[in-house]
Amino acid sequence: MPSLTLQRPAAAPKTGSLTMFLHHPLFRPVAALVLLLVLDLLLVPGFFHLEIKDGHLYGSLIDILNRAAPLILAALGMTLVIATRGIDISVGAVVAISATVASMLIGGTMVLQDGVPTYVANTPMVWALCAAMGAALLCGAWNGVLVAGLGLQPIVATLILMVAGRGLAQLFTDGQIVTVYYQPYFFLGSGYLFGLPFSLYLVGGVFALTALLMRKTALGLFIQTVGINPVAARLAGLRTALLIFFVYVFCSACAGLSGLIISANIKSADANNAGLLLELDAILAVTLGGTSLAGGKFSLVGSVVGALIIQTLTYTIYSLGLPPEINMVVKSVVVFLVCLSQSAEFKNMWRALRTRANANKGEAA
Amino acid sequence: MSSLALRARASMASPYFTSLATVALLALLLGAGGAAYPGFLSLQVLLNLLIDNAFLLVIAVGMSFVIISGGIDLSVGSVLALTTMMAAWMVQVWHWPPLLAIAIVLSVGAGFGALMGAMIHYFKLQPFIVTLAGMFLARGLCYLISINSITIDQPLFVSMSQTQLPVLDGYLSPSALIALLTLAGAIYVAHCTPFGRAIYAVGGNQQSAQMMGLRVARTKVLIYAFSGFCAALSGVLFSFYMLSGYGLHAQGTELDAIAAVVIGGTLLSGGYGYVAGALSGVLVLGTIQTLIAFDGTLSSWWTKIVIGVLLFVFCVVQRALALGARR
Repeated sequence: MPSLTLQRPAAAPKTGSLTMFLHHPLFRPVAALVLLLVLDLLLVPGFFHLEIKDGHLYGSLIDILNRAAPLILAALGMTLVIATRGIDISVGAVVAISATVASMLIGGTMVLQDGVPTYVANTPMVWALCAAMGAALLCGAWNGVLVAGLGLQPIVATLILMVAGRGLAQLFTDGQIVTVYYQPYFFLGSGYLFGLPFSLYLVGGVFALTALLMRKTALGLFIQTVGINPVAARLAGLRTALLIFFVYVFCSACAGLSGLIISANIKSADANNAGLLLELDAILAVTLGGTSLAGGKFSLVGSVVGALIIQTLTYTIYSLGLPPEINMVVKSVVVFLVCLSQSAEFKNMWRALRTRANANKGEAA
Repeated sequence: MSSLALRARASMASPYFTSLATVALLALLLGAGGAAYPGFLSLQVLLNLLIDNAFLLVIAVGMSFVIISGGIDLSVGSVLALTTMMAAWMVQVWHWPPLLAIAIVLSVGAGFGALMGAMIHYFKLQPFIVTLAGMFLARGLCYLISINSITIDQPLFVSMSQTQLPVLDGYLSPSALIALLTLAGAIYVAHCTPFGRAIYAVGGNQQSAQMMGLRVARTKVLIYAFSGFCAALSGVLFSFYMLSGYGLHAQGTELDAIAAVVIGGTLLSGGYGYVAGALSGVLVLGTIQTLIAFDGTLSSWWTKIVIGVLLFVFCVVQRALALGARR
């Protein structure tokens, strides 16, 4: 499996390919995903069943991938932000802004064409999409200026947009839920291309672009350097402020795109609830994927796997017939476990306990 | 002339400045309201500010301690909701005595906070992510108790909700009184006890605090326990106010509380600020809401936008002051 993980040389002794495999940073997230899938295989009948209807591929797996698309996008953007030791909690608000801008501009009015009532967009769809993405980029630039230019703490800087962003979105829509009546726009959220949901191609495209930027240019290395030691990175001649500005703009662009998918999928935009708590799920996905919140090394594949874990977990809980309310409790327990597994102090404590137990055993024998 | 400029600069850089700026802003907002709307400056409108925001004040007091210590607590809104839910369930479904129910929910809140504090300190986890998980957990537990709203018609809760304590010409609710007492207690603890000084020391520089021999572990766990306790107390006040328990209560309150604390002049980087700032911060937020309600033509989302703008202004001012002080 080609890994896109950028990391310092592993300290683990390379005694064999199995050890290397077990110590691979992606091992734990992938193992967790596989475990969930096996659980589904045993408990949910027909989980791996795929069939082709009307030239479209249907099945639980496709469904999970399709529904995870907005989260994967948000998580990709968040990965880079977290890699620079930052955090962006305004993702949900940006989703709401881009969704409302696109929905309001497209809207849709009914006209009679050759005696057949059809809906046409208020603004050409291309312009509407550009405007929505432009709004998202502006949000990102705002965050970027606050963090990189003014040097505010990332959580405070993005808190401002998180609080005000939904207010702005409601201001645009006058507090109403905007409904869209324009067929081509729905293609973004629920269309199929070559038998697969269109949103998967969007996610694939963004992922490939990001991965290329990170692997084939020095950008990935620079971002990692900023995360490991910002001062050293600056003294080494990196333009850290510009890099940090870039990651916030990128994160908001990803959020804007997922806002388009979300609103196209539900054919409307709700300024109050679109992308609610998406920022938290995105942070969770990044953490699950093995990227440390302390910045530095990051893994794009890990974040995608993390987002898939969250979506599969949700799907499993629903299809097992458990009350959906359990979802939040399970999620929080997963976060606690992941955090503990990343904590060096916890590992030391665990090791100390084990050696003490072993010593006791030795004495007894 | 230059000495005057120097003095002006010194007073700008003093810790009082942002806090005083908030008080000035509050006076300005109230004055503007009084000028624009007749009846705005009546005593009861001002007392209503306290009555309607009593729960937020209590949460903001707890949040001040956490932020002064250099941390953050995102779980408070969910703990508030969980408290209303548990109290409602114990009183309405199990018919437990109300005081017992209140005592239980308060200790659950404190215990919840203490657990998070212990995880943050002993396993060196980021407060942000631990309290985020705590937020999910508490909110999820609410829905596990019930997904519906539970109405409370227990006599003690109803009487607490309806009692009016006369103050001059107006009246105050018992909840507002409890909130003010909590604030007074917290100010005493923060400025007149060793524990309070330890909080500032930990927020200023945890390593130095450790080397000075302060009990950092105990302090940090207690801070989060206190924040959890405040969230639970505020949940009790909220259930007096709303007379119901509901898992969707008080969504986003943690952000309001953080905003109130920042607007009150406390630095988010820790070690600096006044617990009393929570009161002025909460009153500023409350006044904005009252102004928008008095106006009648402005919609509720203006509140969010104005709070965002205020947050921005205060963050930038704080940042500029910090840079100026370094120079």
